[in-house]
Amino acid sequence: MNIAIEILVRFLAMVALLLVNGVVLIYMLRKVLGHLHLRIGPNRVGPFGLLQTTNDVIKLLTKEDLRPAAADAWLFNIAPFLVFVPSFMAYIPLVFGPELAVTRLDTGILVIFAVLSLVPIGIMMAGWASNSKWSLIGGMRAAGQQIAYEIPLLLSVLGPVMMAGSMDPSAIVAAQSGTWFGFIPRWFVLPQIIGFVVYAISAQAETQQTPFDMSEAESELITGFANEYGGMRFGFLYLAEFSNMFIVAAVGTMLFFGGWQLPWIETPGWAAPFVFILKTYIGIFTMMWARGSLPRFRVDQMLAFCWKRLIPISLTWVVVWACIQRLAFEAAIR
Amino acid sequence: MEPTYAFDYSVIAWFLIGGVAFVSMTLGMSRLLQHRKPGTVKSEIYECGVEPVGPPWVQLKIGYYVYALLFVLFEVETAFLFPWAVTLNALPLYVLAEMVVFLAILALGLVYAWKEGALSWR
Repeated sequence: MNIAIEILVRFLAMVALLLVNGVVLIYMLRKVLGHLHLRIGPNRVGPFGLLQTTNDVIKLLTKEDLRPAAADAWLFNIAPFLVFVPSFMAYIPLVFGPELAVTRLDTGILVIFAVLSLVPIGIMMAGWASNSKWSLIGGMRAAGQQIAYEIPLLLSVLGPVMMAGSMDPSAIVAAQSGTWFGFIPRWFVLPQIIGFVVYAISAQAETQQTPFDMSEAESELITGFANEYGGMRFGFLYLAEFSNMFIVAAVGTMLFFGGWQLPWIETPGWAAPFVFILKTYIGIFTMMWARGSLPRFRVDQMLAFCWKRLIPISLTWVVVWACIQRLAFEAAIR
Repeated sequence: MEPTYAFDYSVIAWFLIGGVAFVSMTLGMSRLLQHRKPGTVKSEIYECGVEPVGPPWVQLKIGYYVYALLFVLFEVETAFLFPWAVTLNALPLYVLAEMVVFLAILALGLVYAWKEGALSWR
């Protein structure tokens, strides 16, 4: 009974985090993109337009969700589940502070990427079931893109895993405490800079942010796979996208930037979640910045860039780093 | 409290069930709140105001299929790499050499696919 309540509390906490993140990130995206485009962004509803997204949620909730008569009803209905639920499950292994996580999984990093790799299936399903040409093109592009960029994403994660000798996010974060030579924070981003660059690019592609937003491509495909969706079903597809953005930024924070730890000083327990969220939001801001600055790739360039550049680079880096680390270890024990 | 292994991984199942329940509840609530007025024009496919021509479920580029095949190959490979990466320092040196050979064979596969033009969009 106790355990059931405990799981329920953690579950509700993660739902709350996801919803608050969604609302805040959509507002943030509009404001950041607005300012990057030399516009103002939302500023009518509430002070500084802060209530814009909450009102949007109310609108989505009360909107009639249509299903095209020609659509494949069953697949059309379950696609939002398949996109949203895996993204929600990826919150389980995130560590927000010392001993502060939904639960401690010793294969946490693998679990995150395992559940996130289900998202393309849902997106393809949504594209296929809508029975619309634009949706289908969007869905196929999304599948091609997300499965391609998953490989460099996973390969770039191997570097920090090798350094920490663990797939447990809390162990990886703990391995990044202290400093090198007394003044450089022991963050894995410095030795793993190549891995980090590959991770950042692949993460941008995995979450379908602008240089890689072929599957939505507003000017070509309207909203791509989400074309025929309306109301709260669309809301969930959209929410999952922002939730994925939060997850890849949070994973990047844990793997490369020391997680919840402040550099140089001991992090007090109460401050840890705030440090973690702040670092994650800096990562998200960078993603939005790239989104506002770069033009969209062409689909063949995007796939060629992944298969002919990122995958060879990350494969080579895995081998090079494994040799460096093992030889340094051999030298140290001798 | 030291959580047990079974507890840790059962949480994933509970989150799966809870996630499905959350989405169903929200969609159900939306269903109750919304003003439904279906119509034949409304439930047509969105095609910028014109009638859609031909069926949308057409044959797609074969290129996607080749990429999917390659993806399966490399995804399985990375799944093999994870346990090796965790135990890099703990296992004897020849395990590292074996993994380098394994990766070299896979890299040869990638080079072959590249040469055959499987990575080019045609």
